[in-house]
Amino acid sequence: MAERFDAVVVGAGPAGSAAALALAKEKFSVLLVERGRTAGSKNMFGGRVYAWPLFDLLPEWQKDCPVERFVTRESLAFLSGDASLSVQFENPASTSGRAASFTALRPKFDEWLAKKAEAAGATLITGIKVDELLREGGKVRGVVAGPDKIAANVVVLAEGAMGPLAQKAGLLPELAPKAVSVGVKETVELPAATIQERFALGEKEGAAVVYAGDASMGLRGGGFLYTNKASVSLGLVVSSEDLARKKVEVQEVMERFRLHPSIQRLLKGGKVGEYSAHLVPELGLGMRAKYIADGVLLAGDAAGFLINNGYTFRGVDLAIASGIAAARAAVDARARGDFSAAGLASYDRHLRALNVLTDLERFRSTGGYLKNERLFSLYPKLLLGITEKVYTVDGSGKERISDVVLQEMKGKAPLFKMLKDFLDAARSM
Amino acid sequence: MPTGGPIRIVVCIKQVPKAQELQVDPKTQTLKRVGVPSEINPPDANALEFALRIKDDMPAEIVVLSMGPTSFDESLERAIAMGADRAVLLTDRILGGSDTVPTAHALSETIAKIGGYDLILCGEETTDASTGHVGPGIAGHLAIPQVTYISEMRIVDGKVRARRTAEDGSEWWETAMPCLLTVNFGCNRPREPTLSGKIRVKRGGVIVHWSCADVGIDPNKVGLRNSPTIVAKVDTVHLPPRARKLFQGEAREVVAQLLKALVEDGVIAP
Amino acid sequence: MTEIHHNALEGKSHFAGIWVFLEGRKGSLRDVSVQLIGEGRRLADRRGVPLTGVLPGHDVEALARHAIGYGLDRVVVVDHPLLEIYRSRPFTKVMATLIIRHKPEIVLYGASKNGRDLGGRLHAVLETGLAADCVKFDLDDDGNLDMIRPSFGGKSLAHILCKQHRPQMASARRNVFLAPRHDPSRQGAIVHEAVEISDADLDAKLLEFTEFVREGGARPDEAGIVVSGGYGLGDPKNFGMLQELADLLGGAVAASRKAVDSGWIPKEFQVGQTGMTVRPKVYFAIGISGAVQHLAGMQESGKIVAINIDPKAAIFEIADYGIVGNLFQIVPEMIQQLKELKARPAKTVEAVATIR
Ligand SMILES: Cc1cc2nc3c(=O)[nH]c(=O)nc-3n(C[C@H](O)[C@H](O)[C@H](O)COP(=O)(O)OP(=O)(O)OC[C@H]3O[C@@H](n4cnc5c(N)ncnc54)[C@H](O)[C@@H]3O)c2cc1C
Ligand SMILES: Cc1cc2nc3c(=O)[nH]c(=O)nc-3n(C[C@H](O)[C@H](O)[C@H](O)COP(=O)(O)OP(=O)(O)OC[C@H]3O[C@@H](n4cnc5c(N)ncnc54)[C@H](O)[C@@H]3O)c2cc1C
Ligand SMILES: Nc1ncnc2c1ncn2[C@@H]1O[C@H](COP(=O)(O)O)[C@@H](O)[C@H]1O
Repeated sequence: MAERFDAVVVGAGPAGSAAALALAKEKFSVLLVERGRTAGSKNMFGGRVYAWPLFDLLPEWQKDCPVERFVTRESLAFLSGDASLSVQFENPASTSGRAASFTALRPKFDEWLAKKAEAAGATLITGIKVDELLREGGKVRGVVAGPDKIAANVVVLAEGAMGPLAQKAGLLPELAPKAVSVGVKETVELPAATIQERFALGEKEGAAVVYAGDASMGLRGGGFLYTNKASVSLGLVVSSEDLARKKVEVQEVMERFRLHPSIQRLLKGGKVGEYSAHLVPELGLGMRAKYIADGVLLAGDAAGFLINNGYTFRGVDLAIASGIAAARAAVDARARGDFSAAGLASYDRHLRALNVLTDLERFRSTGGYLKNERLFSLYPKLLLGITEKVYTVDGSGKERISDVVLQEMKGKAPLFKMLKDFLDAARSM
Repeated sequence: MPTGGPIRIVVCIKQVPKAQELQVDPKTQTLKRVGVPSEINPPDANALEFALRIKDDMPAEIVVLSMGPTSFDESLERAIAMGADRAVLLTDRILGGSDTVPTAHALSETIAKIGGYDLILCGEETTDASTGHVGPGIAGHLAIPQVTYISEMRIVDGKVRARRTAEDGSEWWETAMPCLLTVNFGCNRPREPTLSGKIRVKRGGVIVHWSCADVGIDPNKVGLRNSPTIVAKVDTVHLPPRARKLFQGEAREVVAQLLKALVEDGVIAP
Repeated sequence: MTEIHHNALEGKSHFAGIWVFLEGRKGSLRDVSVQLIGEGRRLADRRGVPLTGVLPGHDVEALARHAIGYGLDRVVVVDHPLLEIYRSRPFTKVMATLIIRHKPEIVLYGASKNGRDLGGRLHAVLETGLAADCVKFDLDDDGNLDMIRPSFGGKSLAHILCKQHRPQMASARRNVFLAPRHDPSRQGAIVHEAVEISDADLDAKLLEFTEFVREGGARPDEAGIVVSGGYGLGDPKNFGMLQELADLLGGAVAASRKAVDSGWIPKEFQVGQTGMTVRPKVYFAIGISGAVQHLAGMQESGKIVAINIDPKAAIFEIADYGIVGNLFQIVPEMIQQLKELKARPAKTVEAVATIR
């Protein structure tokens, strides 16, 4: 039996479900295909969603969105040896409004969003993997899954990082190891009351911590910690190039990270739950996807719409925003009766209107966050060395802070180089 | 039997808890059934695969039939997604506790209600009740030929040829349709659900629920009250404890340790 | 087409006596039928009633006479050319007619393929209870047959009662009851009964029969040591290696169902729920994962040895000794060491065992 839809969306991650929802609202007949047993069942991420695009997609999202905790407390922590130094920022106002962000668990969040798409009229099918794009004379005409060919005017490819289908269709270059990071995450279960006490949080409030320095054993990348309702997500994102070069396994880095005294203190008594790993396409490192082609649009990670600049990790919000933009482009194409690349060209404009491309370009122009190794190994050590000296009173005579700084820096990096590194880093953030 | 037109195949499937997930609760010594995922009784999936293969070759309509609670829809949906045309779930509280006699009776009545049929396929046995009695029971009720424990089948000149695996040999039987076959576990590889099949499930209207009244089943013939057998009690089997000793190391070493242990136990000759 | 429908509920007290369905095979009785005669005898003596064997067949007079020697009081013979081989419909008709005619209280079948095929059809026609695959029988205080059968892959035993309906019917697993000794001098009656069977009852035709041939060797259900291979063997030719091991140990080869289903070894070597039950002194499970259905046929073995590459395989849970490793290294090594053992005087066991 030949099936036909106005649009087929591959992947019910945030990008795919957002696209399917927006398309269904525009009266497209939409097929949303997800290979996991349920949407989100196989997906993982650090744990924090910047809420802004949800206001456009689902104005009433706060009613039933599976929010774990709204992030009200941000910290940046440097680890070295057994020591840690952290900078904290409290933002109790961030529980509503477009600047809100919250922690979430992907199996719940993704399923919620996919169900919203279904409720809007999309046909959600889980447990089926799309094997390839159905192509006719170079144009994408639908999808192929097992024995079935499903025709569509437009396919939104939202298959996530590395996008094998997109690669096969020549829309995405094969990623060099330097353009890929590896993310790992562990969930540690703790009672809600314990979490609130340890992190000084209210019932619905949450904490987000970003770690630098020894968190990643000096490899380019960093650690993160997010509080959920009754668990803590702890993880790392590190450069796969560095892992290969230094011949370390990511599990080893994770193990070291978890055993750091400052982390141990936060997780004491917790039950280690699931462990998962996922790839992160690192933008700004030469990866460019062709996200518009005849009959197909790429959205979310598949298109490389992701920003990881060390202290903010933005994937889900850009995925949702790009899904919305893809739907808008399809609406334009329908109006013109042209689903070729030319007919879908307004995708670019819609991405821009939602600031997806603008943010990405600014981030890209700096060459990305992972460029400079000194930011991950040397500087955190320096910073901690200085702080330790400043705060250590052992009766041996106190030095002036500027002396301490100069002493610590001696022979480690020329001052002007260091200043430039910090400026670059600041620009990429 | 409809001639010329598509043949109609009824496949009886039961939903069962996944066998490998069933555990005895060490404290209460009862079987933990809650939260255990379910599946189509494995031999029934093989039966369905036979039906689907027939349909690959000739026009056929496949109706899957099950009797049980509405949670069985999960398996019926899977059967549709694999390629069955429609499904009937006989579901009624008064059926609760039925043993194989009422089950065979109720399924036979429901098959009669479905209308004409050429072939009825069942699994050899279920993994939970493991009697293998329901299939032959249905054949007995409907007074049609049966061939049980089959591993291969084909339709030749409007007749069914089926290979039955018995203890001492393999038998090829031929019988006219309509007839009932019970299918061996593992004799084929059931296909995976397809995208178009799942779309059909989503569109709805492929599963009907019938009550006993809908089918016209006499309430005095079904349910626990009308089942000849009862389970009076269940004993936990206390198997002898096992040492569970693992030998580790090089092949030569572990084999030497194993043989030594067996010799010391006096079970193999030194 | 007519079948006899009969509600056995009425007049339960009219039913008396214990029957055993006798399954003939190439001029002799199937072993499970012999085992059932022994168990039937025990029950009949407890209940103080006669034990009857029922033998539908063709030219089976001698077999009937022989069967008496195992402990029967009488044998009912139904002789007809159509009954020469087992056929579902004619056999169901014969049994249903006889049961209605004579009203036995208990009817036992062997849980062979044919026994289950017959019992399943018959119990629906008679509308009476049938318990499958029993491993034990008892009588309750009211004289009901307590039919005890494994449930959930042998993790528990269910006691099944059929209180209101008669006859009480059950099938019994092969090799759980001891075969009684044959006493050629035992006296018993042979009763010929007529049941009308015609070509109209011939609803299926046997086109071909290919007998499974056993290539010598000991029978697993009789051997003290069983070397059993599973899907992990990967190829039928590797059963040769297991045979060599079994020969060295003086044991027999057996298999899991997946190995049998793959066509690597005939069905009659299959151990498990739908195969045979074995209780050797030592059971070697080689490349067998340990599914409940397999365990059901071997978990009462004296010692269980598991060889499996997967440390998480369920078989290790019930093993006395386990080797986590590749069977293609372990089995040849076992063969090698057993040969060395054979070649040397017994004392050197110690020495071999302590190498390295
Ligand atoms: C360790 C780690 C931490 C992160 N932390 C954060 C964070 O805190 N905040 C944040 O915003 N982002 C974070 N991200 C990034 C974020 O997870 C992604 O950017 C986001 O999930 C992208 O969404 P997507 O819909 O494009 O892709 P995905 O979420 O990957 O979804 C793709 C979906 O497509 C399905 N699929 C793939 N191929 C097929 C196929 N052939 N057929 C059918 N279905 C298919 C997949 O099963 C999946 O459900 C993190 C990522 C990692 C790895
Ligand atoms: C109604 C019904 C009745 C059944 N009746 C029976 C029955 O009577 N008897 C029976 O056995 N089963 C029966 N089964 C089937 C049962 O559920 C399992 O499917 C079957 O027992 C699996 O056989 P296996 O262990 O050989 O194969 P698998 O489960 O595939 O296991 C193979 C094992 O070999 C191991 N292996 C692979 N390679 C190597 C190597 N190189 N070295 C060492 N180990 C290796 C693997 O780790 C694995 O554990 C029945 C099932 C049903 C549904
Ligand atoms: N409740 C049921 N609904 C549908 N089919 C059933 C049901 N119970 C048993 N069957 C069929 O009968 C076969 C034998 O079942 P059993 O006699 O329970 O071992 C199964 O493999 C199914 O094909």
